[in-house]
Amino acid sequence: MAISKEDYAALARRYAPPSPLWKDCAAAFLCGGTICALSQLALALLQQAGADEETGRLLVMIGLIAGTAVCTALGVFDKLAKHAGAGTAVPITGFANAVVSPALESKSEGFVLGTAAQMFSIAGPVIVFGCGSAAVWGLVYFLWKKAGG
Amino acid sequence: MTLLLAMVKAFLVGGAICLIGQILIDRTALTPGKVLVLFVVCGVVLGALGLYEPLVRFAGEGATVPITGFGWALAKGTREAVDEQGWRGILQGPLASASVGVMAAVLSALLVSAVARPKEK
Repeated sequence: MAISKEDYAALARRYAPPSPLWKDCAAAFLCGGTICALSQLALALLQQAGADEETGRLLVMIGLIAGTAVCTALGVFDKLAKHAGAGTAVPITGFANAVVSPALESKSEGFVLGTAAQMFSIAGPVIVFGCGSAAVWGLVYFLWKKAGG
Repeated sequence: MTLLLAMVKAFLVGGAICLIGQILIDRTALTPGKVLVLFVVCGVVLGALGLYEPLVRFAGEGATVPITGFGWALAKGTREAVDEQGWRGILQGPLASASVGVMAAVLSALLVSAVARPKEK
């Protein structure tokens, strides 16, 4: 039976109702908020232990990334991410998972062309556009300074 | 008490940024990967305009832990690099500011891939 793309899309919409927005949003808000609040607590503890703010922030970030890597390897991260959605994807945990998960999944394709290459399938665009736009900003700032701004 | 207040602020702002991401994922054709890209660039732009700094001062980790905070750090680091090194900073600042986060992710991915097996889905 031939079925046009439009018919299929209509069918798909009928049989897969959109996940309720408010529910997704509540989960994302709570989970993302919790990650940030716990990070704030960790930063306070690090500062109490004598770290300055910038070092503390870097340590918290490294901790979140390493923790995400372990949770991804144990399969815990995927389970949490299924419910939390953007709550785990938008914090730095989402970036770390985007590096670790494809790296691990592609292990069977080899360590060099599998793991090492796939590591950047999502992180690559993030770095390219992040650093690219930062470089544009750097150029603008440089010229603005030159012009005596 | 100040710690509790700081945690509440971080919770509210960090949660709100994730909420915006969730709405984008649910209501637009953007995939989570594209939302990450968009949020990093937003962080860079807001950082360059000086609009993100007040949010960081208010919400602390609530503003720096979301990926927009990563973009803010890139913009801030690039500006500092240009201040210190002139034109060289344009090329050196962006990647140098991203280096700690990227290397932490790369090294933990290598370690995990060397030790663990992919989970059955």
